[in-house]
Amino acid sequence: MTGAKMGFNTKRQTLWGWILISPLCLGLTLWVAFPMGLSLWTSLTEWDMLSKAEFVGLKNYITIFTEDELFLKSVRNTLYFTVLSVPLQMIIALGGALLLNTQVRGKRAFRTIFYLPSLIPIVVSSVMWLWLFNSQYGLINYLLHSVGLNRVQWIDSRHMVIPSLTIMNIWNVGNIIIIFLAGLQGIPKDLLEAVEIDGGRYWHKFRFVIIPLLSPIILYNMIVNMIKCLQLFVEPYIMTGGGPVNSSFSFVLHIYNNAFKYGKMGVANAMAWVLFILTLLISLVIFKTSCHWTYYEGDR
Amino acid sequence: MMRTRRTGAVVLTYLCLVSGAICCLIPLLWLVRSSLMSTEDMFKLPLIFFPKKIRFQNYAEVFTMVPFAKFYANTIFVVTFNILGALISNLMIAYGLTRIEFKGRKLMFSLSIGTLMLPAYVQLIPLFIEWNWFGKINTFFPLIVPAFFGNAFFIFMLCQFLRTIPRDFDEAAFMDGANYPLIIVKIIFPLAKPAMAVVAIFQFMFTWNDFMGPLLFLNDREKFTLAIGIRTFISTYYTPWGVLMAAATLTILPLIVLFFSAQKFFISGLTLGGIKG
Repeated sequence: MTGAKMGFNTKRQTLWGWILISPLCLGLTLWVAFPMGLSLWTSLTEWDMLSKAEFVGLKNYITIFTEDELFLKSVRNTLYFTVLSVPLQMIIALGGALLLNTQVRGKRAFRTIFYLPSLIPIVVSSVMWLWLFNSQYGLINYLLHSVGLNRVQWIDSRHMVIPSLTIMNIWNVGNIIIIFLAGLQGIPKDLLEAVEIDGGRYWHKFRFVIIPLLSPIILYNMIVNMIKCLQLFVEPYIMTGGGPVNSSFSFVLHIYNNAFKYGKMGVANAMAWVLFILTLLISLVIFKTSCHWTYYEGDR
Repeated sequence: MMRTRRTGAVVLTYLCLVSGAICCLIPLLWLVRSSLMSTEDMFKLPLIFFPKKIRFQNYAEVFTMVPFAKFYANTIFVVTFNILGALISNLMIAYGLTRIEFKGRKLMFSLSIGTLMLPAYVQLIPLFIEWNWFGKINTFFPLIVPAFFGNAFFIFMLCQFLRTIPRDFDEAAFMDGANYPLIIVKIIFPLAKPAMAVVAIFQFMFTWNDFMGPLLFLNDREKFTLAIGIRTFISTYYTPWGVLMAAATLTILPLIVLFFSAQKFFISGLTLGGIKG
């Protein structure tokens, strides 16, 4: 027992352990458990933060699903954004990492440049893309026009606004490229050589070595990014205000408006819980299906 | 035949990488270019690619139109305390979780990691209510205090790092009569400096970029941080685009400088935090 050897009996050791991790325990209570509980309780009340809260049971949840058309619209928009963004991000990041993992010159420079957009605060990139997407004076339409293509309405169009936000989101895929690249560099060389000796092509390496060994990293990043995408807020808040015609009205924007614009704390918290459960469910589905395509060293 | 195929693949690789790099850089270059132009020049067709008359005045106007220097000072204030809090709390917690054996530590580690899966925005409204009870809305407290309670991402990363330091160091120190706090300060901290740098840098980035926190907790323009300060330039009636772009450039400048001076820490932080699930 190391503790005993160190001149500490287990009791003192336990005490020190808890002292050292006390910020964690306090933090989990103050900033996670208590807010979650408070949120759940508030979601069962009608409350504007000024008068006394009034218990109404599940009324808020029922209202959201039956009377609030915007709610379903916001869920649809957010899911659309997520379904569009996450797979594209994963594919582009994987492609970028695979390209960087070959013997190219200037690997470090490329890596640096690809990472750069991930540094940019979301509010700055929103402002920047707002200008780039401008249908008349924006650079993107200007370039499209100068090569003879039609101008696109981007964020001014009901159909293009979510794809536009997706493009913006893909712009800062660099951090995932770097994570994937590090994963690729960790793949043992002898495994890849074994494929070559057996006469395999690049496709075989990709399919039977790279993808299986990288799959846990892909899974983790997929879930983290999905959670991020479901929380889409700043871009529509800054760029479109949820428009045009609510077509970029996101879930969190709806929650924010209900809580801080209309003072409907109960409804807003009920929505937050629905978002939370939705996120959990999707993560669960991804986890459950992941055993078919992820591979962990050590188990068969 | 084989040869040409190889060359083709190499050319294609470079083509993809270079066009990717261009896509990454152009928006940023366009931002800087626009920050040096007058609003009239920005709204001229055909587009002017490089401003003929460079207008540095935009950068001066950033500071006169809104209290931008104050935004800067506020952000630096909040960031400094966040880094301080992150360094102290996360090292303590990670030490306790990895190098002292006691009942319940595995559970606490799992609980901490579990919070990574929580959508942060779900807690925001109740946190607002909580800070309202404490009477601390429109102060920096809600933006600073939580940093002193550890962050799951950093705890995970530091735990990984501390496991690579041999336990003999701690034991030797105990022989000399040291206690846990002394060991952390005198032995672990110096050894963990690279990991601590990663914590400091990422905390800098998180806090510098945080939008939702300041949006919820700060009301007075005098207290704004940069992230929400930028928004004050945007208005439905008149948006001074050139000045807005200058403000945006000034906001990202420290991040870019930090990134280029400490690139290796960024990379190691990303790979440590993102690889293992």
